[in-house]
Amino acid sequence: MRSEYDETKFNFMKASKTAFLISAIILVLGVLSLSIFGLNYGIDFSSGTVVDVTTSKQVASEDAKAFFDEYGENTLTASPNRLSVRFKDALTEQQELDLKTKFSAQFDDGATYEVNIVDADIAREQQWKALTGIALASVGIVIYMAIRFEWRFGLAAVLSLLQVAFLVVSIFSIFRLEVNLTFIIAILTIVGYAVNDTVVIFDRIRENLRFAKIKKRADLEFLVNTSIWQMLTRSITTALTTLIAAVCLFIFGSQSLRLFSLAMILGLVFGALSSIFIASPLWVFFRSKFAPKTKKAVKAPSAP
Amino acid sequence: MQRLIAFLLVVAVTFGVIAFTAPGLLNGTKLGLDLKGGFEVLYEAEPLYEGGTITPAALKQTALSLEKRANQNNVGEPEVTTEGTNRIRVKIAGVADEAKLRELMKRPANLEFRSAEGCASPTDFCKVELMGSDFVEGAARVELDQMGRPVVAIQVKDKNKLAEVSTRLLNQPLAIMLDGELISAPVVRVPLTDGSAVIEGQESLEEARELAEIINMGALPLKLTEKYTQSVGATLGLKSLEQTLRAGVIASVLIMIFLIGFYRLPGFVASICVFVYVWLLLGVLYLMDATITLPGIAAFVLGVGIAVDSNILMAERMKDELRSGKSLPSAFRAGSKHSFRAIIDAHATNIIAGFSLYFMGQGAVRGFAIVHLWSIVINILTNVFFPRLLLSLLVLSGKFSKLGYYGVKESEVRAL
Repeated sequence: MRSEYDETKFNFMKASKTAFLISAIILVLGVLSLSIFGLNYGIDFSSGTVVDVTTSKQVASEDAKAFFDEYGENTLTASPNRLSVRFKDALTEQQELDLKTKFSAQFDDGATYEVNIVDADIAREQQWKALTGIALASVGIVIYMAIRFEWRFGLAAVLSLLQVAFLVVSIFSIFRLEVNLTFIIAILTIVGYAVNDTVVIFDRIRENLRFAKIKKRADLEFLVNTSIWQMLTRSITTALTTLIAAVCLFIFGSQSLRLFSLAMILGLVFGALSSIFIASPLWVFFRSKFAPKTKKAVKAPSAP
Repeated sequence: MQRLIAFLLVVAVTFGVIAFTAPGLLNGTKLGLDLKGGFEVLYEAEPLYEGGTITPAALKQTALSLEKRANQNNVGEPEVTTEGTNRIRVKIAGVADEAKLRELMKRPANLEFRSAEGCASPTDFCKVELMGSDFVEGAARVELDQMGRPVVAIQVKDKNKLAEVSTRLLNQPLAIMLDGELISAPVVRVPLTDGSAVIEGQESLEEARELAEIINMGALPLKLTEKYTQSVGATLGLKSLEQTLRAGVIASVLIMIFLIGFYRLPGFVASICVFVYVWLLLGVLYLMDATITLPGIAAFVLGVGIAVDSNILMAERMKDELRSGKSLPSAFRAGSKHSFRAIIDAHATNIIAGFSLYFMGQGAVRGFAIVHLWSIVINILTNVFFPRLLLSLLVLSGKFSKLGYYGVKESEVRAL
């Protein structure tokens, strides 16, 4: 192995205390924000209708406002060639058709429409299904890692990935970013990425553990720190390449993907950082608190 | 040299296949409403009459008849699926006459027994004798007569009505029509006075079962209410698709530049493999006749991340082995062996996560899970085994023995 431990090198285990603190602060703020303000649920989570009109020529927003007001209470966001109206109450089918026909006739016959009518139950159900899915996945991951690694790795990995998911939810709550069905999907993506990232680092810890003599906690910290250093280039390059994809989607992708890709970017960064600063120290904690009772005889390492 | 030729051959054949199939694949891949434009409605079904319950069979029948209706009226090719115990999702991608479709879909299934009495011709069944609501719900079932032939037994609510109809139409055909379409036209053989009847003349058990289901559905028509609709104008959809595609192309180019710049030869191999991954995943989705939607794209991006990671793990491991002073072939073997376990464990945990989401989820969540699961399977093929094959050909060809090709400086190598 390349890296011998070097005192001058950055100590990830020491720095993890700061990481835990920062994570805890965001999580506490998140819990506060969630319990006081909740999430800024978008159209998918509240009944109503959103009509997006793309116009082929400029339509004065005052005229449009007056036009839309006839269909009920709404908020209008106007930008050049695009009008976005959100009605508080769901439009009936008749109203919707009527709106399209009249708008085309009155303002612009080249207009195209995107209409979303939503009953909030559906999105809430999806949210619930995603949550139970993640819960089941967590149990499955702990069991798998208990078999392939040891249960401490599984527990640390799952706690870390739940933390990542909750961090992103917290940030969306604190900054009042809109949460829609796609946000749920972004969280699922983040969970998948975080799992991958953590398992790979844990694999290296497991490998180094085979040839290590662990007597005290400092030995564990030393081992983890060395493992992280060995994996560091990979962690950075993998995170970077995946970030390239997410950032491109954020900058060049369509408007509807923007918040989705923002959630992905946040999740990728947190996911990569958490594998190092949260998951690995958690494992050290579990391993030293609940040390294996019967110490297996460590085989003499065969020289590579 | 042979190995180098083998490498070139494998790459040439792979890209040949990709180039050959790509146009068909790109045109044939079905894009979801959120990408292409179209229309989606989620219906919640309730029994039309009070006190009725929705059976899974009734829901399935209703979904089938919705699909038939849309097809018959040429409003587009709908994708109709049942969800849970009482929901039906209808998706029509592309341009469709939305108003007509929604109007059409909401009508309950209309089952009628008609006769030709007083009509223009004996095959023109214009007089409605019995309606769906006249039948006892769920009472139609398949039985075998004395000859062992399948028949459909039915029951009506008002036996006097059936007696009157069957007496009047003795030896005349009584047409069974669903939504105006002729299903069967059995002839009335005897006056039926006890409120029950059997319909003979079924060709097969399957056919009899179908008829029984149709009558049961007609007896319990479901009322459909729109719970969720999404309609995306075609130009809007097209625009967002173009933007998303452009983002994908830019991202791919940047990722390739980065991989080759940082990892050299293994990075080059990784670029090929990620490309093959994207193509194969598109191919599988095409063969599955799946529709790509936004959640699918999310899973796609995640898949690229994991694919790249598999390659990077291998390349990094090889670098480590080279730095420790191993020869190139043995560094390759050690690198590929040692990185394999980490990669497989990472994939396995993601498969567990994918299955959990698949079983718990519905709609978008399930769509994500399906693409994610496939992407993991394809990743194992294209980014675990394929790069090992390509790299082994290159490494063992002996043409690329300089360490610089693997991103390792001579000065970093420690004496063994």
